[in-house]
Amino acid sequence: MQTTTSDRLTVRAEEDVVKVRQATRSLAQKTGLNLVDQTKVVTAASELARNTLVYGGGGEVLIEAISDGMRSGVRLTFEDKGPGIADIELAMKDGFTSGTGLGLGLSGAKRLANEFRIESRLGEGTTVVITKWKG
Amino acid sequence: MADPTGVTVSTISRLPKLLKIHEAQILKVWMDEQLASLSRRAGLIGDAELRAQSKNFLSEFHKATQSGSLEDISGPQWASAKALLADICRSRAEQGFTPMETASFVLSVRGPLMDRLQQEYGNDAAGLAAEMRSSNLLLDKLALYTAEVALQNRETIIKRQQEEMLELSTPVVRLFPGVLALPLIGTLDSARTQIVMENLLQKIVETEATIAILDITGVATVDTLVAQHLLKTVAAARLMGADCIISGIRPQIAQTIVHLGVELQNVATKATLADALFLALQRNGFSVQRLAKESAGAK
Ligand SMILES: Nc1ncnc2c1ncn2[C@@H]1O[C@H](COP(=O)(O)OP(=O)(O)OP(=O)(O)O)[C@@H](O)[C@H]1O
Ligand SMILES: [Mg+2]
Repeated sequence: MQTTTSDRLTVRAEEDVVKVRQATRSLAQKTGLNLVDQTKVVTAASELARNTLVYGGGGEVLIEAISDGMRSGVRLTFEDKGPGIADIELAMKDGFTSGTGLGLGLSGAKRLANEFRIESRLGEGTTVVITKWKG
Repeated sequence: MADPTGVTVSTISRLPKLLKIHEAQILKVWMDEQLASLSRRAGLIGDAELRAQSKNFLSEFHKATQSGSLEDISGPQWASAKALLADICRSRAEQGFTPMETASFVLSVRGPLMDRLQQEYGNDAAGLAAEMRSSNLLLDKLALYTAEVALQNRETIIKRQQEEMLELSTPVVRLFPGVLALPLIGTLDSARTQIVMENLLQKIVETEATIAILDITGVATVDTLVAQHLLKTVAAARLMGADCIISGIRPQIAQTIVHLGVELQNVATKATLADALFLALQRNGFSVQRLAKESAGAK
């Protein structure tokens, strides 16, 4: 796997979620994703960045253009040092929310991406990585 | 800084004395320099205003150096000099100066002051060096203070403009008797949605509308938060007796919403605002017909 460009953004306020969406859209366009895939990855980015902000208490997002020799894509890494998730399986369930949301962000982001990985430790934080491939 | 014992005489600043005796001369040199360097942006501020600001600053600066510390501008003796700078920042922001340009107002007095100090100290190089050093530090502090206030002002102005935009960008349009449309544009964050929703509900009451069309053609991203805001708006409108139609759902947004798992099942959705209006008219018992004869005749 090869990273061609990368950009790191901090997420500390609602405006930062907008910036993450904009940076993701611009990289998805550059990578050549079609309009539907651009929209999907931007929407997933919006969900995960907001979770980082609301539940993780803020954190960082790494936005990368990657290539594995065969294909190119966009990889997003959301990292926070918040409280972590006690029961990941539960958090991933459609409709589960510990707040006032629809409870669709995590599971929706997984469906919108091609690859999805979540790691979380109580008291240490949460990391979510998604990849959207071109084509 | 005057030490009553007289032991540290050499550290007593001659700045206050200079400012008092040579105020008019310093002001003149300073004004000339400012007018020369400001020439490119002369349109932004009038000469008379610039002269008044410079004169006031010198006089406040003089007062502050007389009674206050030259190392620390946080004391009460500096309050009125700083208030004047804050005032200047405010008016310059309105005039279109950048924060750096505003701060350079303070820095530009350095030249005339240093010239004066040089004449005052003559051959006393050590005295001059010490005095220059402390004066420079002092001016730097005042300039930094000015830059900070100017930046804050700029942020306040941007925030205010954003708020004004919020209100501007949420018009409720009456399309037909009983039919309202709400063209949503940009980012639907929580603050904005609140305003949008309140506007819409109020208009529903005022116009006794039975149908409200929420058009999201101009919304770039529909995520769960936006969806939730839309659903809340639909529910609130329903309580006021109006049904909602969501229009302007572009194909890529439709696909994304499905994958996200958001269900808009209980809401009528249409691809375009025109389709939505058509549906609204139908629901209200109207039908749209082309008057064959006349339209043929018109051509
Ligand atoms: N970064 C995180 N740190 C801690 N907990 C998290 C994090 N992300 C998600 N969670 C937990 O997982 C739950 C489900 O997240 P998900 O994004 O699916 O739904 P939501 O944010 O509650 O609502 P929605 O995203 O639909 O608006 C959250 O309610 C929260 O308890
Ligand atoms: Mg969420």
